[in-house]
Amino acid sequence: MNENERSTDASARVKLDSTLVGSRESVSPNQLPESETCLHVQDLSLYYGDKIALKDISMRIPRKRVTALIGPSGCGKSTLIRCFNRMNDLIDSVNIEGRIELNGLEIHDKEVDVSQLRRRVGMVFQRPNPFPKTIYENVAYGLRLSEKLPKSELDDRVEWGLKSAALWDEVQDRLNDSALGLSGGQQQRLVIARAVAVKPSVLLLDEPASALDPISTLKIEELIAQLKADYTIVIVTHNMQQAARVSDYTGFLYLGEMIEFDSTVTIFTNPTEQKTEDYITGRYG
Amino acid sequence: METSEKLPQDFGAFHRQQLGIGLWFKSGDPWIWLTATAVGACIVAVLGLLGLIAVKGLSHFWPSDVVTINYANDFGEFRIAGEIVQRESIGRNQYLEAGSNSTAIETDQVERWMIKSGNRRINAPDFRWVYKHEIVQQLKATDMLVFERSEWGNAYGTLVGIKEHGQSIEPDNPWIELQKRIDRVTDLRDEARRIQKGAINRINYKLEKLRLEKRKRELKGELDFTDIEIERDRLNAEYLVEEQRLRDIITQLERDEIEIRIADGRISTIALRNIIRAWLPNEMSFWQKLGHYFSSIWIFLSQESREANTEGGVFPALFGTVLMVLLMSVLVTPFGVIAALYLREYAKQGPFVQLIRIAVNNLAGVPSIVYGVFGLGFFIYLVGGSLDDLFFQAAQPAPTFGTPGLMWASLTLALLTVPVVIVSTEEGLTRIPSELREGSLALGATKAETMFKIILPMASPSILTGVILAIARAAGEVAPLMLVGVVKLAPTLPIDGNFPFLHLDRKFMHLGFHIYDLGFQSPNVDAARPLVFATAFLLVLIIVALNLTAITLRNRLEARYREALL
Repeated sequence: MNENERSTDASARVKLDSTLVGSRESVSPNQLPESETCLHVQDLSLYYGDKIALKDISMRIPRKRVTALIGPSGCGKSTLIRCFNRMNDLIDSVNIEGRIELNGLEIHDKEVDVSQLRRRVGMVFQRPNPFPKTIYENVAYGLRLSEKLPKSELDDRVEWGLKSAALWDEVQDRLNDSALGLSGGQQQRLVIARAVAVKPSVLLLDEPASALDPISTLKIEELIAQLKADYTIVIVTHNMQQAARVSDYTGFLYLGEMIEFDSTVTIFTNPTEQKTEDYITGRYG
Repeated sequence: METSEKLPQDFGAFHRQQLGIGLWFKSGDPWIWLTATAVGACIVAVLGLLGLIAVKGLSHFWPSDVVTINYANDFGEFRIAGEIVQRESIGRNQYLEAGSNSTAIETDQVERWMIKSGNRRINAPDFRWVYKHEIVQQLKATDMLVFERSEWGNAYGTLVGIKEHGQSIEPDNPWIELQKRIDRVTDLRDEARRIQKGAINRINYKLEKLRLEKRKRELKGELDFTDIEIERDRLNAEYLVEEQRLRDIITQLERDEIEIRIADGRISTIALRNIIRAWLPNEMSFWQKLGHYFSSIWIFLSQESREANTEGGVFPALFGTVLMVLLMSVLVTPFGVIAALYLREYAKQGPFVQLIRIAVNNLAGVPSIVYGVFGLGFFIYLVGGSLDDLFFQAAQPAPTFGTPGLMWASLTLALLTVPVVIVSTEEGLTRIPSELREGSLALGATKAETMFKIILPMASPSILTGVILAIARAAGEVAPLMLVGVVKLAPTLPIDGNFPFLHLDRKFMHLGFHIYDLGFQSPNVDAARPLVFATAFLLVLIIVALNLTAITLRNRLEARYREALL
């Protein structure tokens, strides 16, 4: 990532570095074979009471890639990403139609244990939300829920989680301090460590950097680039530069509809739909 | 500057247009004064109340000087000795209406002193008013002794002689000899008390258990009680041994007597076993008095009451109050927290839940005596009566739980305070950011796991706030307790050495009721009055102490979670 790209004016069209584009995927995700699909969304519609929030969304989210969801505020990005770990179950008035398959298994199936599903599909929220516990206990929280690990293994997993989130060097000497004493960026990486520690296969990031300063944002983005080797990552962002920087595939949502879903390169350089073009070039949003 | 010529005109708009009282009102100053005065009045009222009960209550324990007063009036000449407990002026009319001679005094106001002359049963009454103008002579005799007696209050007089087995003895220093002998009877009395409260109490408790056991087996139709009878005979034999020990001690207690000369010159004999303490107030230095003062306070706190509660200490009431409040807290906390959790976390929010919430809030406003009546009708007669029928048949017709007792009192007060705990727990639950719940759920925690690991710990400061309010309300409550378990005098504490140690079925004493009893049910109003203040002050201190403990705990927890709640 070069300096040029990061300092792009929001209103100006995002120009992708041609060398960078060349190194990324350019295959349309909807032509992916089943074996490379991690999440397969089919005709997903979501209603809040009578109001429709997501309309007939179909997409294949590829395994071990970063998929970004962009779109103006209120377009349904967060609602969609919260479908993938069934966080919308918590809202009484929500009705969902259609299918979401995780590695070929329908997640709304009656047999599915929601807790197990959420262990497979980790999530990081917009505002850093560490628990009011020690740094160690935050990372160990998910582990204690699912696995009965002996103390030494638990220590190893906590260390591993913190290292995965590039936080270990900063906190190794104060694991027993309160997590609330960390800076916002550190807190967000702690939350990522917490999610990674339970070894999920998918990581959902719901605007993970929007509450952070530029330096912390950069660190989170670097972290995403590292994590995609092992995890399927879905990131919601309304920062187009960020989507362009970190993602392999991008979906553009508008008023609850998936307008276009393609490789990031295609979306940002050669979108099919006029709406996408307009949004990318900053005509609305 | 084009506008410079307009400036003077513009400035005029900022000048004060009106003057005087109208402006003063407009400025808002009166409002500041009004609000500040209201706060000031509250502070004065609270401090005044606390000051009054503290001064009146605490001064009671100070060993005042004993004055000997000669006074004369139409009925003759009198000589009394005692402590001056009150001085006041009454109007001439009141003085005349009391049947006094109008020629004796010409001023509008008549000063009179209340003298605590003690010596009840020797020289009644033990409190009397003396008009200042009738006093002929007033002096402080250095050999004037005060005796705290186990019966009939204080005695005032000078020591004439000490008798052992009815024979006078002539010690070199009667005062030291007296102290030595008082120490001896104190030890013997303690020993006798230990036997009564310890061994004899234990044996009686076991005998009662045996009786119930036998009755239970009779009800089952059994006919052979040999084992019970053997055990009973063994206990009875043990009892006889203890009783003999007690008799021996009582005989030893009877050994000494003293003779004192009271103010009017008569000689009176007091059995030494009745004397708890003796002191020479007019000879004591300030530091000796201070020592005496603190030992009096300690006696007040640590001993049982005597003389229909007008003498001695308040320990059983203190103990009962604290125990009842603690039990109440233990009962109300889980109950209130669970109810609040359901209302806030599980119940579907809607008009019905809102209705329940309003009903719960209003419950806090129901007069406490209504809870007392409910406790009596529901807990004691219905629940307690059913418990007796089911589990305590052997004791019937005497009720075990179907009668007022500690458990029912705690439960009734728990019911009285549960709305407070529910409301403040709910407030705490709403304050927890939803991000934290979601964070926990997103890691695969179930709702219950999230509740126990994240939500409840974070709500704990609010829960404790609720408990603090509950304690403040419950500790001062008297009316419902009179119906569900408090008595004037409880023979035993609710906790003792007999299994199961905590006796929830027992009646207990309570400081609040103690105040009522001392103030309004006492046979000796003058003797009881200072104790009313002292007990009230103690009750306030207890409530403050219980609250401070809970507040400290809450503040610690709050410090831990503060940042997460922002």
